[in-house]
Amino acid sequence: MEYILLIISTVFVSNIVLTQFLGICPFIGVSNKVETSMGMAAAVTFVIVLATIITYLVYMYILVPLGIEFSRTIVFILIIAALVQMVEIILKKVSITLYQALGIFLPLITTNCCVLGVAVLAVQKDMNLIQATVFSLGNSLGFGFALVTFAGIREQLELLNIPKPMRGAPIALVVAGMLALAFMGFAGIV
Amino acid sequence: MNQWKNLTKGFFKENPILVLILGTCPALGTTTSGINGLSMGLATTFVLVGSNIFISLLKDFIPDKVRIPSFIVVIASFVIVVELVMRAYLPELFNTLGIFIPLIVVNCIVLGRAEAFACKNTVLSSAIDGLGMGLGFAMALFILGTIREILGSGSVLGHKFIAGDGMLVFILAPGAFIALGYLIMAVNQLKKKYLKD
Repeated sequence: MEYILLIISTVFVSNIVLTQFLGICPFIGVSNKVETSMGMAAAVTFVIVLATIITYLVYMYILVPLGIEFSRTIVFILIIAALVQMVEIILKKVSITLYQALGIFLPLITTNCCVLGVAVLAVQKDMNLIQATVFSLGNSLGFGFALVTFAGIREQLELLNIPKPMRGAPIALVVAGMLALAFMGFAGIV
Repeated sequence: MNQWKNLTKGFFKENPILVLILGTCPALGTTTSGINGLSMGLATTFVLVGSNIFISLLKDFIPDKVRIPSFIVVIASFVIVVELVMRAYLPELFNTLGIFIPLIVVNCIVLGRAEAFACKNTVLSSAIDGLGMGLGFAMALFILGTIREILGSGSVLGHKFIAGDGMLVFILAPGAFIALGYLIMAVNQLKKKYLKD
């Protein structure tokens, strides 16, 4: 039950994109089509969950015993970068179709602040390993949910006659604001 | 003259947030007030100048193939410096900015300047470029933070000028998106009017 609540709260109540402001770059940049944003969401989910588990273990069993918690940022970002590279190589060997589907998004994930953000938050909040895993899963689902919803809206937006200075990023941001307003309705559920 | 151009291009013409739309996460997450935005901008400026200087010093020693990971290591070291200094001397601010301080590592502007400028130019130009870009970023954050503060809590730099609360939504998440959207729109309009190349 606790885990279900954790997932609901990370997906809806404190959605990582719309209320925590993490991962806005891919949110504004990639979400032009529903299909590509689904690919991005899948790749991000995969990397976030894996990265959170590994960084959690490294932090708890290497950094804390050695007393070098301050080096968290540098260690985490290196783990994430290595992980993304590794996922890329493995995917290329195992499933070439999936690799081609996700291909262009994979290298971008290293600099997606969602990944580092969730890893740091999981450590900061004193979770145990299972909670951290569920937390990362919920957050990546929330990212995917926001991304795909937003892509659906943007596909419709392209058909409209928008004033010139408003085209592109400005209208995307304003629409994202409305979406965030809608998500505020979930506040207080959990 | 050339250095002057390096410094000022980040203010308006290539402003990282308002024109290039990079680094939007901290821009939205930390601008609940003008001061918060400004401090985030200055922290990022420090990292930008430091990493730009170091990377342009090391540019002849870093092999091309591993340059991105090397850049990230340099940037992350400076972020840790900021993190530790802030936690020691400005604990309150550190708590308000929270997760966004370690996230300077993945700020696209920092890595972007390293890749696009510092690894090709001299130390002095790289330092000036970092300073200009960082100040441009800080300025944009300060403007956005001030707008949100005026609309959301009816105060400027912490000094209240109305009784009551103001439009609370501008302090909350939706207001951040909407305010930045309209700010970029205004800049687009200004660009069209004054920058005809």
